[in-house]
Amino acid sequence: MSYHCIVCVKQVPDTSRITGDVMKPDGTLNRAVLPAVFNHDDLNALEAALSVRDSHGGTVTVVTMGPMGAAEVLRESLYRGVDRAVIVNDRRAAGSDTLATGYILSQAIRKIGRYDFVFCGRQAIDGDTAQVGPQLAEKLGLVQITYFEKILELSDRTVRLRRNVGNGWEVLETRLPLLLTVLDTANEPRPAAARRVMQYKRARTVGEAACEISAAMPDATEQKRDAEQAVRIEKLKMNDLLIEQWDLDDIEADLQWCGISGSPTKVHRVQSIVLTKEGYTELPPTEEGIRGLIHELIVDHTLG
Amino acid sequence: MANFFDDNEDIQFLFEHLDLNEIATAQEDGFTRHDGPGREYAPLDARDAIDNYRRVLTIAGDVTANSIAPRAADVDLQGNTLNDDGTVTLNACTRENLRALAQADLMGLTLPRRYGGLNFPSLVYTMVTEIISRADASLMNLFGLQGIGETINAFADPSIKDEYLPRFADGEVTGAMALTEPDAGSDLQSVSLRAWQDNDGQWRLTGVKRFITNGCGDIILTLARSEPEIKDGRGLSLFLVERGPRLKVRHLEDKLGIHGSPTCELVYDDTPAKLVGERQLGLIRYVMSLMNGARLGIAAQSLGIAEAAFRVARQYAHTRKQFGRAIERLPAVAEMVSDMKIAIEAARALVYETSRVCDLENNNLRVLETDPPTDKAELKRRKGDARVLKRLNGMLTPMSKYYASEMCVQVANDALQVLGGSGYMADYPVERHLRDARITIIYEGTSQMQIVAAVRGVCSGAFEKLAQEFEQHEYFDMTLHLLRQKLVEGKELTLKGIGFVKERGVDYMDLYGRKLVNAATTVLIGHLLLQQAAAATKQPPDGQCQHIAVAGEHKRLVAHRFIDTNLETTRRDMALLCSGDTSVMTHFDTLAGPPPAAS
Repeated sequence: MSYHCIVCVKQVPDTSRITGDVMKPDGTLNRAVLPAVFNHDDLNALEAALSVRDSHGGTVTVVTMGPMGAAEVLRESLYRGVDRAVIVNDRRAAGSDTLATGYILSQAIRKIGRYDFVFCGRQAIDGDTAQVGPQLAEKLGLVQITYFEKILELSDRTVRLRRNVGNGWEVLETRLPLLLTVLDTANEPRPAAARRVMQYKRARTVGEAACEISAAMPDATEQKRDAEQAVRIEKLKMNDLLIEQWDLDDIEADLQWCGISGSPTKVHRVQSIVLTKEGYTELPPTEEGIRGLIHELIVDHTLG
Repeated sequence: MANFFDDNEDIQFLFEHLDLNEIATAQEDGFTRHDGPGREYAPLDARDAIDNYRRVLTIAGDVTANSIAPRAADVDLQGNTLNDDGTVTLNACTRENLRALAQADLMGLTLPRRYGGLNFPSLVYTMVTEIISRADASLMNLFGLQGIGETINAFADPSIKDEYLPRFADGEVTGAMALTEPDAGSDLQSVSLRAWQDNDGQWRLTGVKRFITNGCGDIILTLARSEPEIKDGRGLSLFLVERGPRLKVRHLEDKLGIHGSPTCELVYDDTPAKLVGERQLGLIRYVMSLMNGARLGIAAQSLGIAEAAFRVARQYAHTRKQFGRAIERLPAVAEMVSDMKIAIEAARALVYETSRVCDLENNNLRVLETDPPTDKAELKRRKGDARVLKRLNGMLTPMSKYYASEMCVQVANDALQVLGGSGYMADYPVERHLRDARITIIYEGTSQMQIVAAVRGVCSGAFEKLAQEFEQHEYFDMTLHLLRQKLVEGKELTLKGIGFVKERGVDYMDLYGRKLVNAATTVLIGHLLLQQAAAATKQPPDGQCQHIAVAGEHKRLVAHRFIDTNLETTRRDMALLCSGDTSVMTHFDTLAGPPPAAS
């Protein structure tokens, strides 16, 4: 039996490269100084989906919501072997919190149609809420299993799997369809495949194609640009290089649940915490030294 | 995320400095062939192709840094397992590594797109090989055996190509080349494994092969004697054998290093085989070509191991404090660490240049064989190029293998020395790097064999011609200009040595082969480093002034120290060579003493 998998992915600022000037004076993130990357846990989610398809057959569709540049994570997904990639891109979705994001993604997944698995990364490194996966499951009325690590058995419509509950494992059995949020300990994501990179590096969304044409023909009339764009899109389609781009109307989203109006989260305050180093302690590599360290860690409640 | 391509400034520099435009255009026949299988990922122009090279190097850098390198210590500890049924089970980490390389489509780097390969030039293949070797030297031996696919592509019938090459490109199979036998090591002319035809005309192989890297692989190209009446190399043909019940691994060698790479003794029990190409050309044409590629592979492997060892030593010298300061500030350590870095960049300059020349030769030969120009003048030019490039590569390939592998052993040895007692312990990876390094000067032809091959090129005009070509470069920078003058003097000294040797005959040439090849290599690498220094000093096109200035100063100093220290050695060596001393030959028994009594 083959399975249809959907993976939700997100482009995030690479917080592993945070430097001093990453926070603006007002406490918001200066995204311009951080390179945008594929959210790490989402690569594990993608790998989990691809391995289901590789062992049982079926398809993997990847969906993201974000600005135009987020199409890069879709290309990265195509490099790793997904069958279909969709971006939900709409200004009216700006400012969405996790609830609104969950709703918008649920509408996109409804439009994609048939699915057996929905995979999400455990959480995104920019917000660290781990809420979108569970909220999405609720919106879709799906069974959700968080902190997923491994499929132990998959036959027909029943799956037995293992989740990591922090101090141990839980083995669960349930029926499909279901939504899983995937831990980074679940697998080692596969690398991008060279042949697909050479092919899909040319894949574009309609929006990206339009931007590139505007940049290349700054002095052309709108009519000329439109004509050029139509040709370009036709060519992309013919070569299977057009990434699907949907707006909120395409996914029949109710606007009151989207963007700012659909987001009850209120950010009370953002603090810029600067950690300063206050010297260091040198520990001798002896029994005595280690004992001293452990004692110190127990006293300040790092251990125990 | 760590990346072994992005973090290597010298490889990045060379990627920009070397003329990839020319290479890509030759490799892709001027970008005229976009149809046929694999067209969906064919590059449209040189810029597109170079972008592909960079992207693929970045993938290799990612996989090696984040997946392969962290497993290298385990690979070294675990090794592989010989099973009772004559099969071998690779250790789990190596299997994972191979899977990652296959998933990244890196196992058919140079094969044509028609078979699912990437159609990349050998220069990029060399870079990837180096990057992989830095992460896990033993994995390179399995990765590098894609040369088997290349050999099949170059010489086998279309039906064999269609059957096997897509499996190589997908990483579904790995290969091996079975040449060495218990009594045929460096002297491959004496290979005795028997090839015979049964009543149905099916070729069968009978005998034993020894020291076969990945002999447990799926496709084994085997050198065998198909003409029993011809005793030398002309009686040997090349056969393709698939793993099966009639081909068993009898023994897995226990060895000093590269533990992840299985070294097998193979028993052929009337094993069915397919003839590759024509009879009798096995050694003299196909294996020679295969070995040239493999030698370049070992040169690249040497660069990778040296780079890995250097990085450990560089870090350690910076952080380790003795006598109240970092040991990198102690003159003896500073000298060792600097010279390691210079040696790596010097060897890399030569190996990459050799790869570039190989690409020019291979692409020229391919055009001549598959699509010879109809224009007579053009045909004549290409044929002339073929002769020149063949001679040039006949010298450069063994020179690169020799120089890079000797450098590797020296650098790994010095790296361990920088770490002192800690380096000798298994707590740090340098002892592994040194153990891995040691094979590079032995396999695919020992250093001594490389010298024998290279010295003929050095003495027959190829060196002089190339040196003169390099001398045409004008340097407006006075320091570089003066260094070039020194290299001209170095060339003159070497030519004088060559003249002296030629009067004395071949034995004398072989006796002083190492010194001659060293002298010639110093001159050639010296020029390459000067070219790099000039390029690095050039005004940058877009900002990045400070970075470029640092790179420029670094390259100038590298060229300076390399040329000064090595030309000193040349002077000393050429003086000894011109003394006519042959005592190690004429008084061998007295000097070496009698062999010890058998115990």
